[in-house]
Amino acid sequence: MATQILDQGVPDFEKKATDQAAGASNMSAIVNIPGAKGIKEIAQVIALAILVVGGVELLLVLTNTPEYVFPRPSAIGVSLVQDFGPLYLAPLLVTMQTFFYGLAIGSSIGLTLAAVLTLKPSLEKLIAPYIIIMVTTPMIALVPFLMLQFGFGIEPRVFAVALASGPMVMLNSATGFKQTSGALIALGASYGATTFQMFWKIRFPLALRMIIVGFMVGSIFGLLTAVGAEMVGGGSGLGNRLVYFSALIEMPKFGAVLVLIAAFGVSIYTIFTLISKKWASWEA
Amino acid sequence: MNSGHPATRINIKDLSKSYKTARGSVNAVEGFTEAVKDGEFVCIVGASGCGKTTLLWCLSGLHPQTSGTVEIDGVPMEKPMPDKIGMIFQDANLLPWRTLRQNIELPFEIKKKPVNHQLIKELIEIAGLTGFENSFPGELSGGMRQRGSIVRALAQEPEVLLMDEPFGALDAFTREEMNLLLLKLWHQTKKTIVFVTHSIAEAVFLADRVWVMSPRPGRLQRVVDIDFPRPRTFELQYEPRFLETLRSIRDDVQGAEIGNELANGEVK
Repeated sequence: MATQILDQGVPDFEKKATDQAAGASNMSAIVNIPGAKGIKEIAQVIALAILVVGGVELLLVLTNTPEYVFPRPSAIGVSLVQDFGPLYLAPLLVTMQTFFYGLAIGSSIGLTLAAVLTLKPSLEKLIAPYIIIMVTTPMIALVPFLMLQFGFGIEPRVFAVALASGPMVMLNSATGFKQTSGALIALGASYGATTFQMFWKIRFPLALRMIIVGFMVGSIFGLLTAVGAEMVGGGSGLGNRLVYFSALIEMPKFGAVLVLIAAFGVSIYTIFTLISKKWASWEA
Repeated sequence: MNSGHPATRINIKDLSKSYKTARGSVNAVEGFTEAVKDGEFVCIVGASGCGKTTLLWCLSGLHPQTSGTVEIDGVPMEKPMPDKIGMIFQDANLLPWRTLRQNIELPFEIKKKPVNHQLIKELIEIAGLTGFENSFPGELSGGMRQRGSIVRALAQEPEVLLMDEPFGALDAFTREEMNLLLLKLWHQTKKTIVFVTHSIAEAVFLADRVWVMSPRPGRLQRVVDIDFPRPRTFELQYEPRFLETLRSIRDDVQGAEIGNELANGEVK
């Protein structure tokens, strides 16, 4: 009975659109991959990794595969250690810079927009189509155009990363804000909470889990776009190095750059998983 | 005020509430006039959909009535009065990311007033929650969560406590414990309580007066004075006069309800 009443009265703006926006961008499942627990499990994970990498190495040695066809893991490792300073550090820093600037711009706009839409749900129908278009269009496609506007520095890439990550953050955050339970809003109202208090004390913490998912997905899209944009244009960054080393058929170096990009991606995933565990691990 | 005639706390005059639904307008409550005295314990019962919850939400100011007036201490209600009224919901509504103590302190934060640690400590003790202050709601039982929500409301020292089927989701034994706890708290704090329930036995056990409502539109059908002595114990529930009162109210509710929920002996 209480829920029925709620639907008709007090806070009815969270109810309607929950299913529209969730869609494909709702990747909460990605946060729930179980982590390894205990020394035994960690040992198993490491053993398997050694087995896989060692197996590849062994296979390449046994088949006598030339380096330009497939680089050996050992050669990649040696290059990573030996050439890190001279060859990889500078492009890594450029990519990180692009990524963080883009994410910061994109996510703050996305989060703000999600909050505004939560408080003004009537705007949602107007904005939704553009968000969907931005989510579904690969923003790398815009890089040549952006380069005409912003030149060959990191600006067009930062812009592309912001465009790729922002809508992801926005969609997931908006979904999170909409999940706010009417009962909790009624609770806040019964204690005289202002709109602002309602947002910071109830809506935002309740949505935090989905916001973090939004940041994680947005970051992964952002990294993808950063590296992709570097491959398309501009003379710096890890993406640029990928193109460069493959053109020179320097496959161990190509592999080393790939490993760095993968490590970057895994770090993003790990960081947000830890944040989620720390700040949003409560049971509903 | 004269002790023989306690002041009127809540005055309801010709209150109606209608909702607009897809199938047109529904009169949930119509022409409701009654009053609650200071320190009184009123229970509202009625068949499912009789408008008892709607009425309570009108009294809370969360869902303003369509017409008529609600006065608290002579002041017309226009919006929630957090300093006068504490609302207890069917769900405990504890914020899952806050500990029990942080939940109890939430209304203080919202009202921007200093936390009354001494009172909270006492209430927590009476409610049997000592030692669980730093637990998260997910770690507590349903009964404990609801006790926490009662402590949260009482810590604000409201004059009126509005309770919307607060124990409806609890099992029978927990529910009995909660009834006794509530009577104990009521006795100690002298609050005015309006309590909505679908259990007639619960209403008769707790209340000074029971308001029986009839459905569609929700109207006040009958007011039953319950003058069993206090403090009440569960023994009361087996006494003939208790059962007689129960029977007579049940007949009223049954007469008002056409549905077949009652055929199963279940009043909702």
